[in-house]
Amino acid sequence: MQKFFLRKIEPWKQYLYSIVLVLLVAAVCYALTPYMGYRVSALVLLVTVSIIAVSYEILPVLIAAALSAFIWDFFFIPPHFTIHVASTEDAILLIMYFIIAMVNAVLTYKIKQIEKLARQRKEKSNAVKMYNTLFNSLSHELKTPIAAIIGATDNLQAENENLTADNKKQLVNEIAKASFRLNRQVENLLNMSRIESGFLQPKKDWCDVGELLYEVTRRVEEEHTARHIEINLNPALPLVKTDKGILEQVLYNLLMNAARYTDADSLIVVTASYRQRQLLLQVEDNGNGFPEEEMHYVFQKFYRLKDAIGSGTGLGLSIVKGFTEALDGTVQLQNKITGGAKFSIQIPAEYSTLKQQP
Amino acid sequence: MNKAEILVIDDEVQMRRLLEITLHSNQYSVTEASTAKEGLIMAANHPPDLILLDIGLPDKSGHEVLQELRQWYTNPVIILSVQQQEEEIIKALDNGANDYLSKPFRTGELLARIRSALRSAVTEETDPVITGHDLEIDLAVRTVKKKNEAVKLTATEYSLLSLLARNEGKVLTHQYLLRAVWGPGFINQSQYLRVFIAQIRRKIETDPNRPEYLLTESGVGYRFVNKE
Repeated sequence: MQKFFLRKIEPWKQYLYSIVLVLLVAAVCYALTPYMGYRVSALVLLVTVSIIAVSYEILPVLIAAALSAFIWDFFFIPPHFTIHVASTEDAILLIMYFIIAMVNAVLTYKIKQIEKLARQRKEKSNAVKMYNTLFNSLSHELKTPIAAIIGATDNLQAENENLTADNKKQLVNEIAKASFRLNRQVENLLNMSRIESGFLQPKKDWCDVGELLYEVTRRVEEEHTARHIEINLNPALPLVKTDKGILEQVLYNLLMNAARYTDADSLIVVTASYRQRQLLLQVEDNGNGFPEEEMHYVFQKFYRLKDAIGSGTGLGLSIVKGFTEALDGTVQLQNKITGGAKFSIQIPAEYSTLKQQP
Repeated sequence: MNKAEILVIDDEVQMRRLLEITLHSNQYSVTEASTAKEGLIMAANHPPDLILLDIGLPDKSGHEVLQELRQWYTNPVIILSVQQQEEEIIKALDNGANDYLSKPFRTGELLARIRSALRSAVTEETDPVITGHDLEIDLAVRTVKKKNEAVKLTATEYSLLSLLARNEGKVLTHQYLLRAVWGPGFINQSQYLRVFIAQIRRKIETDPNRPEYLLTESGVGYRFVNKE
């Protein structure tokens, strides 16, 4: 309801509609005057102006008020068709009519102004809150590995004789892990800014999707050594024209997501096929799937599931969406009936008819 | 003991220091320059065996340095770049760079690329037989053997494979390969390259999906490696 009244109507339409409405109501009242008397007509017109005041800006409302007062005076108050008012009673009524209409308009306007201000204030405070949350999580994500690197190097530099060779090895290990994590986060941020800047321009070339799947899978398996990813590849898959680098990042993020947020023994399957000039890629797992009420938000920038385990920036899936859309494609997420999540990517792409040749 | 001399041209102090330690500890002797101008002078005064050149230098782009170097300098040049600069990499390779590394890179990878570039600089066109652990390419008699069994390759497959194998360890760009194997009219027909690489892999790789000889350099080209 509130939405309806607050909906922005173009200014010239507001003038037009309020004038037309006043004229219409006046015409109806004029026709009905023999049955209800001209004083009741004044009340009906007043109600009309009040209704206009609820949804329109102040100027159209004031015009409607003045117009209706004039019409009432000219057509309704005897003697008709003059602005002359015969009785004192009617003169007082006319003045009161005018004052009530104006006060009505101004009051409604003021209430609307106050509401608008309150809404702006709330939006601003929401934005600040959101920014703080994002900023905190992002600083945490970036500062934690940096802290690990600085801490570990300090320890190594101190040449503390109590540090065993094993300790030192562990510290170096921590530095290595932290730098890889940092590298990943920075890459995500850079990708995000590529999307947001609008400078992400796909360079389409012939791409062997099968080769790409194996490459990406190997990269993910190197980082999650315990995981095995099953590749389900249609052997007749043709070469397709797309941006391999962008597609690689999409698949990498989806697979990393699946590998990070499902149990080590759950199965991850990636499927590629080509149908009706569309490249279809699916990444599915048999983990816990996504909470239904959060599924709409997972592609939003910085969004993380309420019960998300471990650390993360909440950028991975928003990059998937941004990059897929850069290729004019779509991404969908659904929970499988059998359990687990399934991401489906659909990208329009030309295919090559070139087959084996001597 | 390596005695090769390597010139590092990079404006980042941290990067130079890291490279110096890495290369020194692997028995290379290292000289350093922080600007293009300094680098060109040092290279001219005392030509090194290999140059590591950063693409993003403050006074002049690495591409210009490379072009100037290539007017007289024939030893290997390896480009250092930051990620997602495929066009820059292709441009550098076309301008005569032997190889490239994207920052951040792993030390093992760096050393492997240096070794490979130095080796190919020395052994160019001398040994007609390239031997891998289960692959043998005889460039003189044009035969390929996998696990001691002859592999039947078509003429195009053979010329593509032998071109890559002769440039062992070096990235050859898509355009370069298309021009050399198919001709100048085919430089935009990258689908030929994709199809033929896949075909060759099916014949020479133990697992064509996880190739060990014919490696893809995404967005740039292909590289033949021979771990022996």
